[in-house]
Amino acid sequence: MYDGSKILAGLIVFLALVTFPFWNNFGAKEWKQPELKLPPKEVATQCIESKEYMREQHMKILDDWRDQVVREGKRIYIAKRDHKEYQMSLQNTCMKCHDDKEKFCDKCHTTASVSPYCWDCHIAPKAKGN
Amino acid sequence: MLETALKGNSRYWGWISLLLIVMGIGGATWVYQLNQGLTITGLSRDVSWGFYVAQLTYMVGVAAAAVMLVLPYYFHHYKAFKNMIILAEFQAIGAIIICMGSIVVDLGQPQRMLNVILHPTPNSVLFWDMVVLNGYLLLNLIIGWVTLMYQRSNMMPPKWVKPLVYLSIVWAVSIHTVTAFLYQGLPGRHFWLTAVMAPRFLASAFCAGPAILLLVAMIVEKVSSFRAGEEAKKAMAKIIVYAMCINIFLFLCEVFTAFYSGIPGHKHPIEFLFGAAHANYVAVLMWTATALAAFSLVCLIPPKLRENQKLLPWALVALVIATYIDKGIGLLIGGFTPNPFEGFSFYAPTLPEIAITAAVYAAGIFVITILYKVALSIKEETAA
Amino acid sequence: MQKTRRTFLKYAGVSVLGLAAMPAVKAAASYVPHQVHEKPDPRELHAKRWAMVIDTRRLNSDEDMKPLIDACHKEHNVPKIDGPQEVKWLWTDTMHAVFPEQSGEFQHAELEHKNFLLLCNHCYNPPCVRVCPTKATFKLQNGITMMDMHRCIGCRFCMAACPYGARSFNFKNPRPFLDEAAQNPEYPTRMRGVVEKCTFCSERLEKGQKPACVEASKGALLFGDLADPNSEVRKALKENYSIVRKPGLGTQPSVYYII
Repeated sequence: MYDGSKILAGLIVFLALVTFPFWNNFGAKEWKQPELKLPPKEVATQCIESKEYMREQHMKILDDWRDQVVREGKRIYIAKRDHKEYQMSLQNTCMKCHDDKEKFCDKCHTTASVSPYCWDCHIAPKAKGN
Repeated sequence: MLETALKGNSRYWGWISLLLIVMGIGGATWVYQLNQGLTITGLSRDVSWGFYVAQLTYMVGVAAAAVMLVLPYYFHHYKAFKNMIILAEFQAIGAIIICMGSIVVDLGQPQRMLNVILHPTPNSVLFWDMVVLNGYLLLNLIIGWVTLMYQRSNMMPPKWVKPLVYLSIVWAVSIHTVTAFLYQGLPGRHFWLTAVMAPRFLASAFCAGPAILLLVAMIVEKVSSFRAGEEAKKAMAKIIVYAMCINIFLFLCEVFTAFYSGIPGHKHPIEFLFGAAHANYVAVLMWTATALAAFSLVCLIPPKLRENQKLLPWALVALVIATYIDKGIGLLIGGFTPNPFEGFSFYAPTLPEIAITAAVYAAGIFVITILYKVALSIKEETAA
Repeated sequence: MQKTRRTFLKYAGVSVLGLAAMPAVKAAASYVPHQVHEKPDPRELHAKRWAMVIDTRRLNSDEDMKPLIDACHKEHNVPKIDGPQEVKWLWTDTMHAVFPEQSGEFQHAELEHKNFLLLCNHCYNPPCVRVCPTKATFKLQNGITMMDMHRCIGCRFCMAACPYGARSFNFKNPRPFLDEAAQNPEYPTRMRGVVEKCTFCSERLEKGQKPACVEASKGALLFGDLADPNSEVRKALKENYSIVRKPGLGTQPSVYYII
């Protein structure tokens, strides 16, 4: 093979780089569903929608809310499941109950390695331990 | 074909390493800027565009060098430009990379850059600038590369390239016009609000672009077996001097309009630029540009001097610096002076700003170097 | 029909493409805003074209104007940054700065040295909206020139286009320049790299409140609908001589100054 040793060396380097995530995590702890701290019962017993829906859709809801509020002038959200009305606001609705960002939002975001920039602008309240 | 760029002498690799080092330093500075924000630049609330956008303005012109050669070659079958064509097209590619890089480093939130495409806004000139710059890049890339590929196998370029060439000629005009429209459509910026802004962009582009190209060709001649050809050089010098005369004529039209009408809004920016009010380093630069422009015209207008190959590079360097100060620095800072409150705000680029700009240039020059290397290697290959 | 390898490949390619596009189409469909589930706040104040009339006769000293500025900047978490990279929504400047080209050589002694309030003019024909490449700045139905900080890419084209210097850019993270104790927890701050300006308190209007500066002005600022001939602002303009900033540019400001 023409320049065989160089090609082989290159291939090995390439393979090592491509498989980096696998061997880097080899022997690491098993992934566990992070435990979220939910607001206590006296603050709220339910979210605006079901737990499953929120878990799956909260990012889309927030993305939609910001356009509706800023661009369309619509501020009220009507819940799908019980038609209750809420102000569409991360800062003034969501985080009134979920007031501990570190023990709620960050838990999953950190495990999932996502870093949404919501709180670069929106002020997270000081945790009251809800 | 790219593999030909992997073989070169030590001088070639030295040059490549130098460019990579500049890119590395500037790239690190850009990371610093991303973390700190544009506060590390000299920009302010009143002078909100500066050195970065100045590079866009100037390099759009350099990209145009291609059209001044492509047009005579294809429309008028002026064969003397045969060797230069490919250099011109590849220089356009590098210049546009510098333009686009300058816009990216100027953004406050570059990670949201694609919003321009996700939320297309046809009433924004910046949207159109994105379209025409990318289009011109693509056109030159396709035309240059395909021509070279066919040349390698000793064939004429395929027929479908011709329409693209014609399109690129028209397109070249659009990149200047649209970039000029970024400025000339803004109410309240007296220095920019002028109908001759787009013509000025074209004129300065058509002198500065070919001037840089000719200088680059002279360097390439020194380091390789490439020869531009005497006739091509003479013809280019003529193009350059005509365009420069028109460029200066248009600027003098601005001066006349401002000072004969006596309208303060029109006078103030020019007075500032030439040091009659709030004089600072910009005035020194502008007078330097004036002197260099005069020198270049003296060297380029009389045919005897123009054809003096010893003098020509000096005249071209003077012309390039003069147009760069005028169209880059002067146009930007003059446009923001006075500010909307008839006040004066100082602006000078900071070191990080200059380092990042240097990296953008290095990236563009890197691409040009690689492309030139490929083009020259193939030329040598087919000649052998 | 003869099935050549070529046609087979064609069909295979199209089917693969279709399969690949499915999730994308699904995802796009789920992003369609569910209109029925969102509505405006019933308390919202309505207008076709919100406008402000500044009665400069009643705003003479810094003591008159500072409470208005403080109210605005506190409400919207506007940072205090010194120097040329400052951020401001509502501020003051001298007559020559506010109304250049509108004053003769010799002026009323008092007016010439007086300060005037400055803010976004919410132009009827705004150059900033025209130039924005992402619609991050846009017109609301009620005439307000709005900013969408989520979408702004920080190109600062709007700052070059605004003839009134109404826009500020966040050259750095504004948070450290905010007094944490004085922050308004109901309103966001901004992040570095976006442009901001006065929004005519769009968020307050939607809750049925007048803008913060108007509320703090004890009647020196009037706020109302320019499209309604019976509105407070139209009446004030009918009865008093007023000017706008740089009328010659055709931007049609919605902020009037009674002199």
